[in-house]
Amino acid sequence: MTKYLLRRLLGAVPLVLGIATIVFFAVNLAPGDPTLYFLSPGMTQEVVEQTRINFGLDQPVHVRYARWLGAMLTGDFGYSFSHSRPVLDVLADFLPNTLLLSACALGVAFFFGILVGTYQAVRQYSLSDSAFSVVLLFFYSMPSFWLALMLILTLSLFARNVWEWPIWFPASGMTSTEYDFLSFGGQVRDRIAHLVLPTLSLALVLTAGIARYMRGSMLEVIRQDYVRTARAKGLSERVVVFKHALRNALLPIITLVGLYIPVLFGGTVFIETIFAWPGMGRTIVEAINTRDYPLVMAGSFFFASMVVAANLIADVLYAVVDPRIRYE
Amino acid sequence: MADTMAASTTARARARGGRRLSAFLPGAPQLAAGRWGAGGLALLVWLGCLWVLVARLARVVEALGGSWDERLALATLVAALATVWGWSWWDAGRAEGPRRVGVSQWDLAVRAFSKNRTAVAGLMVIVVLYLIALLTPLLAPHDPALQGDLISERYVGLSGAHPLGTDQFARDVLSRLLYGARISLLIGFVSVGISVTIGTLLGAIAGFMGGILDGIIMRVVDMVISFPQLVLLITIIALFEPSIFLIVAVLGLTLWPGTARIVRGEVLTLREREFVQAATALGYSKRRIILRHLIPNALAPVIVAATLGIGNTIVLEAGLSFLGLGVQPPTPSWGTMVADGRNVLLNAWWLSTFPGLAIVFTVLSFNLVGDGLRDALDPRLRS
Repeated sequence: MTKYLLRRLLGAVPLVLGIATIVFFAVNLAPGDPTLYFLSPGMTQEVVEQTRINFGLDQPVHVRYARWLGAMLTGDFGYSFSHSRPVLDVLADFLPNTLLLSACALGVAFFFGILVGTYQAVRQYSLSDSAFSVVLLFFYSMPSFWLALMLILTLSLFARNVWEWPIWFPASGMTSTEYDFLSFGGQVRDRIAHLVLPTLSLALVLTAGIARYMRGSMLEVIRQDYVRTARAKGLSERVVVFKHALRNALLPIITLVGLYIPVLFGGTVFIETIFAWPGMGRTIVEAINTRDYPLVMAGSFFFASMVVAANLIADVLYAVVDPRIRYE
Repeated sequence: MADTMAASTTARARARGGRRLSAFLPGAPQLAAGRWGAGGLALLVWLGCLWVLVARLARVVEALGGSWDERLALATLVAALATVWGWSWWDAGRAEGPRRVGVSQWDLAVRAFSKNRTAVAGLMVIVVLYLIALLTPLLAPHDPALQGDLISERYVGLSGAHPLGTDQFARDVLSRLLYGARISLLIGFVSVGISVTIGTLLGAIAGFMGGILDGIIMRVVDMVISFPQLVLLITIIALFEPSIFLIVAVLGLTLWPGTARIVRGEVLTLREREFVQAATALGYSKRRIILRHLIPNALAPVIVAATLGIGNTIVLEAGLSFLGLGVQPPTPSWGTMVADGRNVLLNAWWLSTFPGLAIVFTVLSFNLVGDGLRDALDPRLRS
């Protein structure tokens, strides 16, 4: 097991380096000059040249690449133009918010996905099975940004202004403006209320995918001999489904974590932009728009590394929970 | 003898009746025979095209000397009518002779697919969508770029003149929606075409050759796959000038690794099969084995992945356009239209709602067809 872990970790190293390389060249070979950000019309040619030298842009690409990679390995991601702070500080501010949102979405998606998928498999070919299938495929085909807007439209704007429901959810930010004046309980409630819509927008699309997968996995397990044996022993249906079938059907679902992390991070780009959620996705989009190259490179590098890490964890988890799989 | 003659006479008589019916209502005889998928589609296309011809007669006549866009629409209209009519005539006249004895895998797949009602419905929607996209210049009630009176006609709700309302420049939402279909369907189709071609070739090469080449290709695949697709896309697109061409190119060049993985897996198992060994023993070149023997046999999962991929790509394109990185205004695109309505949700809810619904139903159709194809192409799943 330790050997396997070590081998996988070593295998991830060239992957991460390769990703860093892609990021660097995608950003650096693109037309456009990042120093333009600092130039104003009255500057002399010398100042322009000096700015380029300060950023090391007078060097050929391969030298810049080596320097960037070297700096990155020592934990120096450079200086963000648009935030006027070291890139690492910017990431430290925004990354936790993204992780919070992603974790909530992932949790909700897996909980409901597994629940619905199991229910469908147990009631295969029933009316509710096909009804769920249609609804799930509908959500599965939905762009998350549109779902987010529709949720805002119904559960926030219309609920509050038109239908005048007693409950509506805030549509932007992480906290209300009066957050600092709330009691502790009020602060917790305020945060949760702000989490609901972004989490739902991210989670519903994933839920559909997980439920579809779960249904298939469960159907396969339910036909196995040991499930029949469990039934034949006279165990109650609840015990058969939840203790014998579900546990085994969950195994392949673990690999979905690795598969859905990139989808999730892609989704945060939209969801954070729409809900003004101060996270990485929104920060990267803003960084791209302001041509803040160090932040773009570091941000995409972090996202990609987390995907690699998630895949690794999913694989290792799979090896841990499934004793049939033995990696040499 | 007399029996068979009588039977064939009645069959011929029935065929003649079917032909007579098919001359007026193509698809009706097929529909009557219980083939609701093919018959329904033919009838739908026939009636729809006839409706365009009658209701938009003035524009059809104008289109004769119009732009290439309008001429293309006209050609599509004529071609669609001719195809449906000709097919129905030929099909209805085909007496129910003895079924062919040899049935290929593809025949079986087609038969399995046509039994899947939701998948057939999805296919019908897709065909109609592509027709609409091509016929748009004749169909759209207004010019999609035409701005109305900015004081009195902005954000007009659903009404007779504007069935889906107007936007911030008082343009007709329905017309823009119809024109937007072109962008989504075109980008989805072309970029998936590119990525599937690249992915199939590289996957087959990696699987067949093995060794260092396999290692290099699959490491690149790992890298591109672990990248959050959207972040990669917006990084590349934002750094260049966004345009339709760039989006197609970038989508096509970043989505291939999934296909490559599938094809490589297929080829790895195919490589050991007898027919490939036979081809090798016959001294065929590697190129020929890959192109003629391996790829055709690895194609079934690729077709499924491509169909599902088109839906995925349409969502991606809409997302890029939503962020302002896709198709640039004033060209209408569904993603841009959703973004246009974002800040006026409460006062003009229709602006974001309808383009989004269009995306959902288009993608849903592709997903239904993809699921149907997967079931139909996998012999283990056929009942």
